[in-house]
Amino acid sequence: MTAVASNTTGAVSTTTEFTPRKSGIRWNVVGRYAGIALIIVWCLLPFYWMVVVAFRQVGFTFDSTPWPTHVTMGNFTAAFDTSKNHFGRALINSLIIGSVTTAVAMVVGVFTAYALARLHFRGKFFVLGLILAAAMFPGVALLTPLFQLFTSLHWLGTYQALIIPYIAFALPLSIYTLTAFFAEMPWELEQAAKVDGATPGQAFRLVIFPLCAPGLFTTAILVFLACWNEFLLASVLPNGKASVAPVTYAIASFTGSDPKVIPYTSIMAAGVVVAVPLVIVVLLFQRRIVSGLTAGGVKG
Amino acid sequence: MVADTQAAEPAVGTEEGLKPAPSKGGDKPTRKVRSGEGLLAARLIAPAIILMLAVIGYPVVSAIWSSLHLDKNDSGLSASGFFQKGGKWVGFKYYDYWLNCGNKCVVGTTGHDFYPALQTTVIFTIATVILEVILGMMFALVMNGTFKGRGLVRAAILVPWAIPTAVTAQLWKFMFDYQGIVNHVLGTHILWTGSPTPARSAVIIIDTWKTTPFIALLLLAGLQVIPADIYESARVDGANAWQRFVQITLPLVKPALLVAVLFRVLDVLRIFDLPYILTGGANKTTTLSILVVQELKASPNNASALSTITFIFIFLVAFVLVKAMGVNVVQTQQRAVKK
Repeated sequence: MTAVASNTTGAVSTTTEFTPRKSGIRWNVVGRYAGIALIIVWCLLPFYWMVVVAFRQVGFTFDSTPWPTHVTMGNFTAAFDTSKNHFGRALINSLIIGSVTTAVAMVVGVFTAYALARLHFRGKFFVLGLILAAAMFPGVALLTPLFQLFTSLHWLGTYQALIIPYIAFALPLSIYTLTAFFAEMPWELEQAAKVDGATPGQAFRLVIFPLCAPGLFTTAILVFLACWNEFLLASVLPNGKASVAPVTYAIASFTGSDPKVIPYTSIMAAGVVVAVPLVIVVLLFQRRIVSGLTAGGVKG
Repeated sequence: MVADTQAAEPAVGTEEGLKPAPSKGGDKPTRKVRSGEGLLAARLIAPAIILMLAVIGYPVVSAIWSSLHLDKNDSGLSASGFFQKGGKWVGFKYYDYWLNCGNKCVVGTTGHDFYPALQTTVIFTIATVILEVILGMMFALVMNGTFKGRGLVRAAILVPWAIPTAVTAQLWKFMFDYQGIVNHVLGTHILWTGSPTPARSAVIIIDTWKTTPFIALLLLAGLQVIPADIYESARVDGANAWQRFVQITLPLVKPALLVAVLFRVLDVLRIFDLPYILTGGANKTTTLSILVVQELKASPNNASALSTITFIFIFLVAFVLVKAMGVNVVQTQQRAVKK
């Protein structure tokens, strides 16, 4: 508790400090930058370690040198070696499942979010509550019935067995995020465009759509990330079929040449392949992602 | 739930939509606009509601139904010695299996693991939510305000959030290995996944690493709407930093904090991937979700009973939390929408 107190004390006073100190080192500022450095180290160090080990020779798996040593690309070739694992195939599967889910969830989500943000109708409160309940719904409660249903439909080990539940889970996320974005749109511009002689279609295409695009894009990223990262359904519904199983399942069930030894270096290499594109997306769009996350308030 | 929506859906269309906009001359202009909007709204919302009812509503009903019937693979002699056929109504037999296993069933059966799994799930939830809220608040306070490289810090803080849990779990499993970097840095020789306390601690540490950024971002959004001049006048009035935090920051950030806590509690109660990949559920890290998956292939109907129990448990926790904390998440959201 004391640690919290001292830390928050420092932070609060820095945020409110407007009058510059007359002399000496500004400990507030030093403290804040130290805090920021700690946060960055805490968040990035494990990721850094994954990258370092991904490039390290298998014989030096547990070498603790903190910088890259014994550099090799062998782990990446091992990760994509189809005789042991189906990591490459899993990447393609995840891309297919994620793209289809995102596309459908976006189209359906845009309709609903437009109605929630722009139209007045009875039962809006109820619809919002229903969608929120769906967002908080535990996936495990659906697992067994979906497993039984898809078994009887002979859908286990097909793409639709994952895509359909994913759409239902992605919808609350897309609807909430889009509704928050739409609510902040300057809709007067649509009216203004019509006054200036634009047809409703033109008003939407030329005025509203370009303004919506960032919000749509952000929501699509959040939905895609949520599908890409899902594990519970991904580990059960493909029924171990490598031609369908997504990448999270492939990474969790990675095996090496010796079943008793966990092939950590190849797993780290596979992890880097999965994580680096996500990290780049996050770097490029951090501002938008944060606004989307906090607008929707729903965890991806 | 199902019946309610079906009742509410046509209501939107019929009561307000029955009067077609053009036929009624100009007697009620505002009403006219609204009736058209009701119909349009019903049409726009219907696909999402139908999809969610099909994939969420139907399975819930189906799970309850099958949990009250004998499993197809489970046909055999009943407790009273009669032959039972799969699919037959068995009432609360499966619920009894999970809830009252204690003195009836053999050690090592899944039924025996129910209360330990419940305990593990609750421990994970309480520990991670407390840690994440405290750390998240510290992160948010440090990040609030303007400083050089804000974007970079925000990007760094998003990295643990963006990496899939499956990758996170494997990464930390490697770091928590007996020969791994954690033991090396700490100078310890702990078999992290080898006994209950270290294994549970590992799960809690990893989840905290992964999710604190999310909490921090939600809280930061709450902090940023607090006007700086409130702090300034409190300072003039002689309030010290701790008083300012307790009396200004906390009450004003409370709505954001409560929503974050609610989301996190409901999220950790269904935790699966992290302990499943880290330990496979060994050493008292089996959560309720892991138990459902373990039972799934042996007896789906029995697993349905457990998943229904889990669902009801999570629902009750959500209900109690919403009542106790006085958060009305829906209202908060609707206010945001109306803004």
